[in-house]
Amino acid sequence: MTTHHFSTEVDSGPTAELAVEAHGLVKVFGDQRAVDGVDLVVRRGEVFGVLGPNGAGKTTMLKMLATLLPIDGGEGSIFGVDVRTNPHVVRQLLGVTGQYASVDENLTATENLVLFGRLQGLSRPAARETAARLLTQFGLEEAATKQIAQFSGGMRRRLDLAASLITRPPLIFLDEPTTGLDPRTRGQMWTTIRELVEQGSTILLTTQYLDEADQLADRIAVIDQGRKVAEGTSDELKSSVGRSTLQLQLVSADDIPVAASIAERLIGESPVLTPEARRMNIALQRSDQAVDVLVGLREQQIHIDSVTVQKPSLDEVFLALTGHDTGEGGADTDPPTGRDSNDLEAVR
Amino acid sequence: MSTMTRTPELHPAANLPTRVSLADTLSQTMTMAWRAMLKMRRNFEQFFDVTLQPLLFTAMFAVIFGGAVSGDVSSYLPILIPGLIAQTVMTACVATGVQLREDMDKGVFDRFRVLPISRIAPLAGPMVADTLRYAIAATLTFATGIAMGYRPGGGVVGLTGAIVLAVFTGWSLAWVFTWFGTVGKSAQIVQGYSLMVMFPLTFLSNAFVPASTLPDWLQTFVKLNPVSHVVSAVRSLANEGTITAEVGWSVLALAIVVAIFAPLSVRSFKRKI
Repeated sequence: MTTHHFSTEVDSGPTAELAVEAHGLVKVFGDQRAVDGVDLVVRRGEVFGVLGPNGAGKTTMLKMLATLLPIDGGEGSIFGVDVRTNPHVVRQLLGVTGQYASVDENLTATENLVLFGRLQGLSRPAARETAARLLTQFGLEEAATKQIAQFSGGMRRRLDLAASLITRPPLIFLDEPTTGLDPRTRGQMWTTIRELVEQGSTILLTTQYLDEADQLADRIAVIDQGRKVAEGTSDELKSSVGRSTLQLQLVSADDIPVAASIAERLIGESPVLTPEARRMNIALQRSDQAVDVLVGLREQQIHIDSVTVQKPSLDEVFLALTGHDTGEGGADTDPPTGRDSNDLEAVR
Repeated sequence: MSTMTRTPELHPAANLPTRVSLADTLSQTMTMAWRAMLKMRRNFEQFFDVTLQPLLFTAMFAVIFGGAVSGDVSSYLPILIPGLIAQTVMTACVATGVQLREDMDKGVFDRFRVLPISRIAPLAGPMVADTLRYAIAATLTFATGIAMGYRPGGGVVGLTGAIVLAVFTGWSLAWVFTWFGTVGKSAQIVQGYSLMVMFPLTFLSNAFVPASTLPDWLQTFVKLNPVSHVVSAVRSLANEGTITAEVGWSVLALAIVVAIFAPLSVRSFKRKI
């Protein structure tokens, strides 16, 4: 499996400009290489998305960088501080929000935040003040005196995120921040994350939702079976699989064979046909080849009902890069917004 | 968003301490103890083993073994009560380890691990809170005994000394069960291991019967068992109000237990995923 690099190499500035720098990270569980030589560079101030299906090694990678798991091979540093040799300093630079809310069930929201504040050296009044401020900021003030056991999933996640922000760490790890949340709560979480970004936090985010990576991340690394298979911006990833698709619907199904042969002559590739819907899909090297096809059809008096030129979605990117889909599915795990409207560029 | 221009500022890692100071470790441990107390207050059943058990066991053991061991109940009480204190405190220690295991399985421990705090604080905090439970257990056992006719010759001072020693015993031995808590795969397994250690330690001691009634080879074990020293020390403190060499041996044996099991616990806690 080769790694496709689309971004220009990060210029070698002072290491503090790199929030995360990892080379050849390896984690072995038994005879399985859960993380198998991953390089990762996150610049200060950016949102970096690690995208991959369940079990791809995303969380394992994050845990190694967060000092929660020993690194079996390679090296990692946070703002230039080695994770292996200096875990205590790394922990002071990091806020981590896990896949499952890591707050105390038996304590109230306020008690949780005071606990984490006190542990990190805040005085009792300062810890209470910070707790109150964060609860207001995350819309949890009404639940301040409730035990977490009574919280909804979304409230727990928000409290968990609030707990990661007590000391305003310069780098935040978000491990699948919206997995298992309903669409509305997921939207709220996205808003919260965007606000953090506006305040200048650097964020390393893992997700199995293409949509989420697309919406939130400046750059994305695609991880599959412990390896990085691609990296770049969402647009770069999409244009890597290349090719846009010209989707045509004809007025008459009878014209389909003729239209297909015209397209094949002009583009050099046979289109995918669905005659019963009067549709044909033509893969394009460049989007403006669409015009050639349309002109060719007009010359043969073939009438067209609708025309769309579509860039590939991240789903298709993922399929093309890994040979399988993301494994997401089922009504409860579908992202709230449908296909990203930015992907669609209608030409009429 | 990705290319925010920043004025030159300090390296984010500049001037950050590379290790936790002793003062911070202590204050973090006390914060963890505060958390454990909050939890105890919300879950009152946690006190059953240190409230109901002393009442029940004292009455039961006195009536069952009193006649056989000492001829009658009231002359057995001075032997039994210190032994029962050791046993009740040990039972409470087992709960410390089991509860730690349950606690560690919860998400909040992931956060404790990733916070820049001392690795010993999440373990030591609950143990500090549990000293309250040991104190309750020891006091109630004495109280039940006194209600049944036990007249400790050591008076208030002797009893207080005995309770303090019992609490220290509980705190020290809890490190053994805390270590089980950090290595056991589940709370049930931890409980199983702990009981396998707890029962021989309490019953293969002089807690309930005089060691002289045991076979020779067992007497050797009984003499080496730290619980025997604690029981003897508590007897002399409570019954006579005297501080014997047994107090010294107890403290020494308990200190050795802590010196071995505290580092072991922290090490396996650090390793735990």
